[in-house]
Amino acid sequence: MNNKTTNAAPKGRTLQLAHNPIVTFGKENLGILIGLLILCLLLSFLSPVFLSKNNILNVLRQVATNLYIACAMTMVIILGGIDLSVGSTIALSGVITGGFIAFEGLPLWVAVICGLLAGVVVGAFNGFLISKTTIPPFIVTLSTMNIARGASYVYTGGQPIRVMSDSFNFIGAGYVGDIPMPIIYLVIIVIISVLIMSKSKLGRHIYAVGGNPVAARFSGIKNSRVLFFAYLFSGIMSAIAGIVLASRMFSGQPTAGQGAEMDAIAAVVLGGTSMSGGVGKIGGTVIGALIIGVLSNGLNLLGINSFWQYIVKGVVILIAVYVDFLKKGKGK
Amino acid sequence: MSEQILLEMNHIRKEFPGVLALKDVSLQLRAGEVHALLGENGAGKSTLIKILGGIYSKDSGDIFIDGKEVSINSVLDAQKLGISVIHQELVLVPHMSVAENIYLGREPMKGTRFVDFRKMEEDAQKLLDSFELDIRSETKVSDLTIAQQQIVEIIKALSFNAKILVMDEPTSSLSDKDVDFLFDNIRKLKKAQVGIIYISHRMSELKQIADKITVIRDGEYIGTRDTEAATTDELIAMMVGRKLTNYYTRTFGNPTKKVLEVKNLTAGKLLKDVSFHLNSGEILGFAGLVGAGRSEVMRCIFGIDPFENGQILLDGEDVKISNPEEAMKKGIALVPESRKREALFLAQSVKYNITIKALGEFIRGIHVNNARENEITKKYVDVMAIKTPSYQQTVGNLSGGNQQKVVIGRWLATKPKILILDEPTRGVDVGAKAEIYSIMNDLVKDGVAIIMISSELPEVINMSDRVVVMSNGRITGCLPREGLTQEKIMYHATQFSTPDR
Repeated sequence: MNNKTTNAAPKGRTLQLAHNPIVTFGKENLGILIGLLILCLLLSFLSPVFLSKNNILNVLRQVATNLYIACAMTMVIILGGIDLSVGSTIALSGVITGGFIAFEGLPLWVAVICGLLAGVVVGAFNGFLISKTTIPPFIVTLSTMNIARGASYVYTGGQPIRVMSDSFNFIGAGYVGDIPMPIIYLVIIVIISVLIMSKSKLGRHIYAVGGNPVAARFSGIKNSRVLFFAYLFSGIMSAIAGIVLASRMFSGQPTAGQGAEMDAIAAVVLGGTSMSGGVGKIGGTVIGALIIGVLSNGLNLLGINSFWQYIVKGVVILIAVYVDFLKKGKGK
Repeated sequence: MSEQILLEMNHIRKEFPGVLALKDVSLQLRAGEVHALLGENGAGKSTLIKILGGIYSKDSGDIFIDGKEVSINSVLDAQKLGISVIHQELVLVPHMSVAENIYLGREPMKGTRFVDFRKMEEDAQKLLDSFELDIRSETKVSDLTIAQQQIVEIIKALSFNAKILVMDEPTSSLSDKDVDFLFDNIRKLKKAQVGIIYISHRMSELKQIADKITVIRDGEYIGTRDTEAATTDELIAMMVGRKLTNYYTRTFGNPTKKVLEVKNLTAGKLLKDVSFHLNSGEILGFAGLVGAGRSEVMRCIFGIDPFENGQILLDGEDVKISNPEEAMKKGIALVPESRKREALFLAQSVKYNITIKALGEFIRGIHVNNARENEITKKYVDVMAIKTPSYQQTVGNLSGGNQQKVVIGRWLATKPKILILDEPTRGVDVGAKAEIYSIMNDLVKDGVAIIMISSELPEVINMSDRVVVMSNGRITGCLPREGLTQEKIMYHATQFSTPDR
């Protein structure tokens, strides 16, 4: 019933069109793209400042740290997993970087590298357990989430660590020309993630392991390596987010990044990645994160109480996922 | 079989967005009749069954049961009308007992709150006994064989007082012995005046069990034949719309060059002292009952499972293979038994699925050579004659036969010297089967050595140069092509067989 093409080779033209990445991107994300557009249009009417350059950069800066993590989370979720430890890793890397500067008096670059290493350790630990045992990722990362959060409290005694250093502050709050630093990292991270997922062997292996782990093994793919990479990447991205946030706040805070895992997951899911693994794109996640960011920004501009913002966010995620469900349901 | 018409489906039409699944299909089922529904994958069999089972609603046409017009809008409607569908994938809960499964959702109660387990198990046992089954109702379903599970499904369906039973490829995962067991039970149902719609791709089976055969093709009713009067050639011609002159294509050569030798392979309780060799340019059939250890041998050779003792020699050289990647590098390819579970990435495209093993040929770092990727895809889509609207088509949307061709194509892209095919034509329609046979023939002509595990004896007999027969983890015979019969194979296959659990 599905086809009657006796002539096996498709026409060259269809192939050409399918290869244009912009066309594909638009087609795949049509729903949320329209959603984002309507949201922006609406807000530009309701608030005169919404489309100002400052506000746009502000939104992007807000979105940035969530997106570092969400890019890695996309890979993790495509692999059929989840990483709950990202929020705690933000705190851990933040307090370690801050502490190493303020308490230990280490040079800035050494402290930053140590902060990144904190992310590497958490990510590698997650990756090791998940790839070498059958303990579900949910449980593994739930544990490391608590461990990393606890470690941050223990190290700081529960108090924020102040770092009064302009050069540290530059990392997260500086500008190159008109562009805030976090946005520059964002562009680099998104490009790297897109290249990994769409151009490299590793990316194809991620889709394979997530889509059908048994088939991947039968095809000679080393599943454990692929899994390890994704969780390691997630740890590193969390650490970058942690350092950027600490720098922007002049302090390493043990409470930083609470709920960050949920924001990242929300962006991934809004972007059309399936929680059961095997399908998803970084491009979708970028739009998903933008929707969340624009929404928060818009509600702030309109002076809506931040308590209400949670409710709006929840409802928007449900609507978006429900629309996606309807769209997919039709095909059956 | 009585003359009473139980079910009549007239001029059923069903359109999905963009696809006309059923144009005009009619079917008449009598009480006590086994009516086979035959057609290639994609002909519309499943759609018709789903309409009957209340999963889809028809666009037009009428359905009569016992002469009364009925409308079926939900699965519940279908159940109330006495229609039960047994799907290809079993839907029993593995961790529950047989009794719990049979009465799932309508457990007998003690008072209003508590399930009366004793009554439930007794009732279930009565049902099991009526089929003379050696199964206790408190046994966990996961401890049963696939054939036994299938019978439990049937019993469950009948306990709803079903008078129309639909079976969708019930034998696709059964060995010949289990098939006989299933057929005995189907004959009992016939006596009880149950009408059975039976879907299968195995022609030889239909001759044994079906009274009538209705053929549909491309959503259209082609015709109904009495099984006794119909010939296999006629039915195939009806299904594919053309005459398949050569179903089994095979030109036999004289292969003598050993490429693979397995010596004294032993692995736990599964494999005992397995030795055989494979020549280049031959098809070595592997026959035996399900669970005889055929797939396990291949998994050892391919480096998926470890083994304690034994040697594997490639071109006379002792080799150690500890994972599939190494096997691949040594020119071995394995097309596994279950394409959906072990081979395909269903959500991905045809192109992705074909090239996943050949990535090294067109990806360097982050540079993808799209032209080369398409070239490889085109080559194997052509070689395998895969029918797909485009290379971007999601593999999950292809028919079973085309999915199987994609899997084989993927492995051909690794240019193997030794190709292991585990049940290469399971769940594949006749047209695609014939094509797969002819491709296998082309491959051996080019000097590839093929091992073909198959539970379909006619396939084994017609395609193999030699046949290795296994029973209970041992090799019980290596039979030459000359004078090969189904009886000979079955004799060797049952040598060490243990009684059913």
